[in-house]
Amino acid sequence: MKKSANSSAQAPESLKEIAEKAGPETGEVWQLRLYVAGQTPRSVAAFANLKKICEQHLAGRYNIEVVDLVKHPQLAAGDQILAIPTLVRKLPQPLRKIVGDLRDTERALVGLQLRPAAPEK
Amino acid sequence: MPAITRKSNTTPKKSTANRSLPKAPTGIQGLDEITGGGLPRGRPTLVCGSAGAGKTLLAMEFLVRGATQYGEPGVFMAFEETAAELTQNVRSLGFDLDELTNEKKLALDYVRVERSEIDETGDYDLEGLFIRLGAAIDGIGAKRVVLDTIENLFSGLQNEGILRAELRRLFRWLKDKGVTAVITAERGEGALTRHGLEEYVSDCVILLDHRVTDQVSTRRLRIVKYRGTAHGTNEYPFLIDEDGFSVLPVTSLGLQHRVSQEHISSGVPRLDTMLGGAGFYRGSTVLVSGTAGTGKTSLAAQFVDAACRRGERCIYFSFEESPGQLMRNMQSIGIDLAQWSKKNLLQFHSSRATLFGLEMHLAIIHKIVHDFQPQIVVIDPVGSLIQAGNLRDAHTMLIRLIDFLKQREVTGFLTNLTSGGESIEKTDVEISSIVDTWLFVRAIELGGERNRALYVLKSRGMAHSNQLREFLLTPHGIDLLDVYVGPEGVLTGSSRLSQEAREKADALLRQQESERRERERMRKREALEARITALRKEFELEEREAETSAVQEISREKLIAASREAMSRSRRADQTAGLSRSKK
Repeated sequence: MKKSANSSAQAPESLKEIAEKAGPETGEVWQLRLYVAGQTPRSVAAFANLKKICEQHLAGRYNIEVVDLVKHPQLAAGDQILAIPTLVRKLPQPLRKIVGDLRDTERALVGLQLRPAAPEK
Repeated sequence: MPAITRKSNTTPKKSTANRSLPKAPTGIQGLDEITGGGLPRGRPTLVCGSAGAGKTLLAMEFLVRGATQYGEPGVFMAFEETAAELTQNVRSLGFDLDELTNEKKLALDYVRVERSEIDETGDYDLEGLFIRLGAAIDGIGAKRVVLDTIENLFSGLQNEGILRAELRRLFRWLKDKGVTAVITAERGEGALTRHGLEEYVSDCVILLDHRVTDQVSTRRLRIVKYRGTAHGTNEYPFLIDEDGFSVLPVTSLGLQHRVSQEHISSGVPRLDTMLGGAGFYRGSTVLVSGTAGTGKTSLAAQFVDAACRRGERCIYFSFEESPGQLMRNMQSIGIDLAQWSKKNLLQFHSSRATLFGLEMHLAIIHKIVHDFQPQIVVIDPVGSLIQAGNLRDAHTMLIRLIDFLKQREVTGFLTNLTSGGESIEKTDVEISSIVDTWLFVRAIELGGERNRALYVLKSRGMAHSNQLREFLLTPHGIDLLDVYVGPEGVLTGSSRLSQEAREKADALLRQQESERRERERMRKREALEARITALRKEFELEEREAETSAVQEISREKLIAASREAMSRSRRADQTAGLSRSKK
């Protein structure tokens, strides 16, 4: 775990390596950040969907931070947030962004690289 | 509903007591003129054009001028270039974005949209963009906003349905916020913009165009639409140079320019005499045409020299000679133009006519005249402008140029080369009808010589001479001489000189002849008078003789009578009564 934390600053790794390292078996703690704007139904749904995915696939190894841009608008620029809601995977590297309310669990998993992308979309 | 939208509803637009739409001046030279005061205040304006047309620059200048000249801070939201890149790009135009940012007059926000980083699952909206923009606007109290170019969102986000709905909401939101927005967009095939943004921005649409015709490129701007405002509908050329953006409303605005009663010298005293004694009118347009090598440029230089001597400012546009060459050549006829150039009274602008399109030439002339504020503009020669376009375009361009100069009360001095083949009293750009004074310089070939002659073809509003003058280029400038007109025809140069010499000889001869006659007459008179004296003397002599003989006669008669009396007395004859009575 220490090793992988160190390697985060390194040059981009191939997707395969990442998939191996970031897989459920590596046991690294995932840093997830969900950007919302106020308590909209969509934000609430997104949070619920995220929670569900994490519980299923990353139980005990995740950390969700919810950023309400209405309260902290200055934080939007940092992660280049346009769409709401946006989920940002801060760790493990590389950074991934998933916009939308995560209704489609399959796509969310692919986006989070918890599951390899389907051979043909 | 997101809080921002609700909050923004509380900023109503200032009521438009004025009948016309409130405008936000752009501060861009010329654009405010053709839009009647600027962009619609509090509404979005769409600026579209192909790549490299100048959209970003127009938008940036709108913000910078707003911040520096009109006290309206602005937000620049860039979707293409980073803040650092933008800052660097516009530094060459004299805009210091860093300083403006520090002074809170400007906010730059770079929005990166990277499709490869983003996955989409389910519903979303662009509230994040709204919040960022809202925060930036509120952070500096911005009145102006630029989105450059928001179409990039279409490449970053997949769900076009959401995007379109959100864009519609964005423009509505911008209006509600009361900011004057400029949205740039790429020109699309057969439509104004690639993604149909004109559908959302319907108040004002400006189209920028960069066209290449005959390998000559011209930038043009057109107001496609401006709701609620009468605007110029033409295509206007514009320039991007070290001072930024300038649009040139070059269409003639009518014939309502002021006229001056003031005369200005042409620099050639005898030419002034020919023009009613005082030279050209200030603010008039003078055309000098003539065949090659007849001294048109020299006339122009002499005019400029005289003007600079009066302390007036001149601009010399040369399409044939470089400034150095001009100055050297004019030195040979004793005109030192370099001194005026040093004193910043004279500016030279030399370029090949083919370097730009006509519109661009006109635009450049406009700009230079605007900046330097001269009293006199020389264009030498106008004919070469045909090379930059076609005859018709050159003609209209010159009319617009002349109108422009007249409006500013600038005296225009144009030269034009006439080729030998065609009718000489005709300019190839056909501007003779719109110039006020037309001088013609032509070569007269005679006696194995080619000499120059000048005459005034027309000069509006003055009693000008109808005489042909010989035009001499001396080491001390231009001189005009009377030509010889006589039974031999019009003579110039050596022929004139020899004719003059011949006339002088003839005159001498005539004088000698008359002197001879005079002497003869004197002699005759003397002779006659001598004869008269002689005759008179003769007559006096005769008279005296006659008197003497008369006296003698009387004394003889007396003698006879006495002797008769004596005789009769001695004869004692009767005294005749008659005799005695007559004696009594």
